[in-house]
Amino acid sequence: MNYIHSTAFTDAIRVRGLTKSFGATRVLAGVDLTVPTGSLLALLGPNGSGKTTTVRILTTLLAPDGGTATVGGNDVTREGVAVRRMIGLTSQQATVDDLLTGRENLELFAGLYHLGRRRARQRAAELLERFDLAGAANRRVGTYSGGMRRRLDLAASMVSEPRILFLDEPTTGLDPRSRAELWSVIRELLASGTTILLTTQYLEEADRLADRVVVIDGGRVVADDSPAALKRQVGAERLVLHLSRAEDAPRARAALGVPAQETALAHGVTSPHEITLALRGPEHLRCALNALRRAGIGVEHVELRTPTLDDVFFELTAAAA
Amino acid sequence: MTGVLTAAGDLRRLVVRDLRREVRMLDGLIVNTALPVIIMVLFVYVFGGAITTGSSGLAYLDFVVPAVLLMSGGYGAALTAVNIADDMTDGMIDRFRTLPIGGWVVPAGHVVASVLRNVAACGFALLAAVVLGFRPDAGPAEWALTLALLIGYVLAMSALAVLWGLLVRSTQAAGAFGFVVLFLPYLSDGVVPAETMPGVLRDFASNQPITPIVATLRALLLDRPMGSSGVAATLWLVGVVVVSTPAAAWLFRRRTSA
Repeated sequence: MNYIHSTAFTDAIRVRGLTKSFGATRVLAGVDLTVPTGSLLALLGPNGSGKTTTVRILTTLLAPDGGTATVGGNDVTREGVAVRRMIGLTSQQATVDDLLTGRENLELFAGLYHLGRRRARQRAAELLERFDLAGAANRRVGTYSGGMRRRLDLAASMVSEPRILFLDEPTTGLDPRSRAELWSVIRELLASGTTILLTTQYLEEADRLADRVVVIDGGRVVADDSPAALKRQVGAERLVLHLSRAEDAPRARAALGVPAQETALAHGVTSPHEITLALRGPEHLRCALNALRRAGIGVEHVELRTPTLDDVFFELTAAAA
Repeated sequence: MTGVLTAAGDLRRLVVRDLRREVRMLDGLIVNTALPVIIMVLFVYVFGGAITTGSSGLAYLDFVVPAVLLMSGGYGAALTAVNIADDMTDGMIDRFRTLPIGGWVVPAGHVVASVLRNVAACGFALLAAVVLGFRPDAGPAEWALTLALLIGYVLAMSALAVLWGLLVRSTQAAGAFGFVVLFLPYLSDGVVPAETMPGVLRDFASNQPITPIVATLRALLLDRPMGSSGVAATLWLVGVVVVSTPAAAWLFRRRTSA
């Protein structure tokens, strides 16, 4: 079923033509996105692309300049109270109190959700168990590792059992193990029916978790597709050829039929010695190396790597130009 | 009615949070317990021998106790600016804003906690004074009025501190308010008699709010004539609270509105 044609009722989040400027700086230049109920949408983009601004608008912390946004069927500007009642937010900055213990934090928030003393205590204990923090429940949050802190933050966002969850770069700065742990928690939440909008700088994260990926850059949506389709578009793997001599690069590009890489170079993505191309299977690799040998161009070494966010942007912005 | 009860419950939760933070931060604990005692000892033993109390005819200990009480309660109250700035600059305020609570509860929680802590700090200073030989001459009514005045002073300073903490954009700048409150008593009749000061300073000292508050405390604790200082002190404190509370509320709404 096509997302565009689904009814508003089955969409947990609908955003149309969202704009926002801070002074003369245009942060969002007309963002559209749709998150069907029970799915996970990854909002992928570099720093300053408008991810956090989008999340802040959708969680009623910031008013948009233009466009419409509904969360759970409620307009974020006119029905903010109703929106707050059904959402949870884990923002980039930790929003738990360092000087309180994990349990005290969760009981504080449960109390402020007016769960009642007994229910609040129960809920805090449940969440500590569920997010694997029971052992550290009575330790001050200041002593937690980065991963534990994020899990507590996530637990704090789940106190009111929200149906829609916003995670703003939940794994930025985490070590690989903590990241994997957080991913499994996010998968569990998704399996239990929570709708999730997650922002990330990592293509891999979007690929592993998302049903759909919206790539934004400069406050504009540059792609909106499934992770598989997006990866097909940018190629499964990258072949990086490190030439012996940088001055061979233009001839090598001509021999391989690769367009000039000014954009990538300008962004510091590649060195003058490198040529990067999307790899279409092993035969492509053989042909590329043969073509370079015929042209008499020395290759220092070759490298295969999975596409990065930089590749996605390069590809998408090059396609748009 | 349930709305009022709910709000009161929210306020209590945030006050408890603030007090918990307080006892777990070493510097906060020192400000509220050790600092009042240190200031009292410092004034009585270090400065006490060198300062005459002018026409008041008081022993220096009796003369300086009210000013030290104001320094003890005021400095901690001023640091409320740091607490509110902390919440505003780290992510905490975003968490509170997504909760179904009135926004005003957050600054109000800081103010109520500040009153509790800093009136206690005044108590420590007073105890130190008694140990050093201070013998107040006050009946139950005078003690009640003294308590009310100290609460009023700490409340006024906390409200101003919230305003300042919301105005500046960093916790470092928020801390600067502490020095203003700590030094204001020096430029009053509280530490040295204003009559000994040169012209301009004397005019400032005689007309700034600390002087009538100190005079009122002396009157209450030492059974001296109050004159018009009680009225002046009350007007100053009520004035500060009445002006700074809505200003802080407005600023808080502005900084947290979408």
